[in-house]
Amino acid sequence: MLKLGVPSKGRLQKDTISWFEKRGLLLKRTGSEREYTGSISGVSGIELVLLSAGEIPKELAKGRIHLGVTGTDLIYEKLPLHQTQIHIVEEMGFGFADLIIAVPNVWIDVNSLHDLDAVAAQFRHEHGFRLRIATKYHNLVRKGLRNFGVADYQLVDSQGATEGTVANLTAEAIADITSSGATLKANHLKMLSDGILLKSQASVFASKNADWSGLDSQKNDLCKKMGWKDLIL
Amino acid sequence: MQNERRAAIRSEAKRIEKYFIDSGALLIEADSLLSAETLLDLYGEDIRSRAYVTNDPVMGERMMRPDFTVPIVERHMSEGAEPARYTYNGPVWRMQDAGSKRETEFIQVGFEVFDRSNPAKSDAEVFSIFNDILPNNLQTSTGDVGLLLTAVIGLKTTDLRKAALMRHLWRPKRFQSLMELFSKINNENNKKNSYSKHSDKGLQKAIKDAGKFIGLRSENEIYSRISALRHDAKTSPISIEEASVVNKILNLKATASEALLVFEEFEKIIPNMAKAISGFEARLEALNKRNVNVDKLPFEGSYGLTSMEYYDGFVFSFSDGDTIIASGGRYDALTAVLGAGREIPAVGGVIRPDAFIRGGEKC
Repeated sequence: MLKLGVPSKGRLQKDTISWFEKRGLLLKRTGSEREYTGSISGVSGIELVLLSAGEIPKELAKGRIHLGVTGTDLIYEKLPLHQTQIHIVEEMGFGFADLIIAVPNVWIDVNSLHDLDAVAAQFRHEHGFRLRIATKYHNLVRKGLRNFGVADYQLVDSQGATEGTVANLTAEAIADITSSGATLKANHLKMLSDGILLKSQASVFASKNADWSGLDSQKNDLCKKMGWKDLIL
Repeated sequence: MQNERRAAIRSEAKRIEKYFIDSGALLIEADSLLSAETLLDLYGEDIRSRAYVTNDPVMGERMMRPDFTVPIVERHMSEGAEPARYTYNGPVWRMQDAGSKRETEFIQVGFEVFDRSNPAKSDAEVFSIFNDILPNNLQTSTGDVGLLLTAVIGLKTTDLRKAALMRHLWRPKRFQSLMELFSKINNENNKKNSYSKHSDKGLQKAIKDAGKFIGLRSENEIYSRISALRHDAKTSPISIEEASVVNKILNLKATASEALLVFEEFEKIIPNMAKAISGFEARLEALNKRNVNVDKLPFEGSYGLTSMEYYDGFVFSFSDGDTIIASGGRYDALTAVLGAGREIPAVGGVIRPDAFIRGGEKC
């Protein structure tokens, strides 16, 4: 069986289902609303696996699923070796999200990474500790800030409600995924003009580590239906 | 195979350790688990991508030692007698870039000199001790971070700009972008954020209009940065002559004795470099006395700026192709940071016996 992993809930799941449906593939949950099993009609020999979007990168890397739908942000954050482990098949045109850095609106002297770096020096001098940036994207943020050359900051882990950390005084700035910026606005934060660390969207990924042997007919069927040239480079 | 290789590395490490002891060093031990806070405060968040972090419920975050510098300096600062020569021999752990074939655990044998009497002589002592024990087919690189440091301090510009440059001395890309910014007549960064047309009341209003005040950074901190930016906007750019000296230092590749001639030209434009240059000259003499041929010794002006150790003076390495077998340098400022008010000039280096065995003929 060729295994396709899709997000197990939410908007991302709905969009994924309708994206496949447009190409003649019906993804259906089986059993009760709460049961994480599914089926696919339209092609044979393909199994649907419902997974948390955050688990999909790891499952692809381990080769336990052949194909998976998740955001590029999660792939880049969780799989430092993604180039050798997976291959991007198609960008799906939804689930757009940018990893950005945001600071309080009232920091009227801060608009760019250059300003953030200068303020980080000032903040450390004034407060005796390094300016805190709350995020769950530690690798991507550290890499982005290192590339630019921001110093005197520290990353504090925030797995949710990250935009609230500044008002709660547990961070001075945040780095998080945003699509519309509405949550930032509601939490009195603004984006830095050059602070987009990654542009992400939902995409179909193929695992280079999965066992594809004996799956040629399923693969060809699927490629034909989806208009893909090939799944694995 | 693995066992044999490890045994060979250990015995080679032991041989180097003995050589360092015979050269006057005291063998000391260091902890493997270090306070993550100390390292993070010193190196910044980047250290997390280079050192392994572990957690203790009571002691908090600990780091697997990425090198011996911090524990040795801390130990010397708290209990060491002066002058001191130390050697150590043990594993260090370094996280490597994804996909890298580099080792994450390897042995370092080091030699460090804490001596305030004659820095040039200490530099030459460390270099020649390394030079003598290593195979002579290796490529040598040397540099001197002190030249760039004194050049920056000697620029005719504000302390604010110098502090910004000094802060990024070890991040060459950012350093150069700041140099460019400070060499412009009107830089856009200042214009935008300095609110030059706002009165104090106007600024207060601008902050109020920006919305709800959140976060730990106070209104006063915002005002004080804006006032610094206003001051900076009136600062004259760094002169073309001075900027070109900084550029030339960063791009200089020559032999050590050739470099000295160029430095004398630089000193005419940035006189503050005098001390570093006379120190450089004294070092060449000291090296010469130890039979190092300075007419052939390679020198690079930007060498040592990207290493983790925050060297601020003489730097050197011995490598075999891409593999660095030994490296070291002077780190006076680090002792001041870790010494809580005390400081001592320090210079030292490490040899990686594993690279030595792989690369050199020794085995």
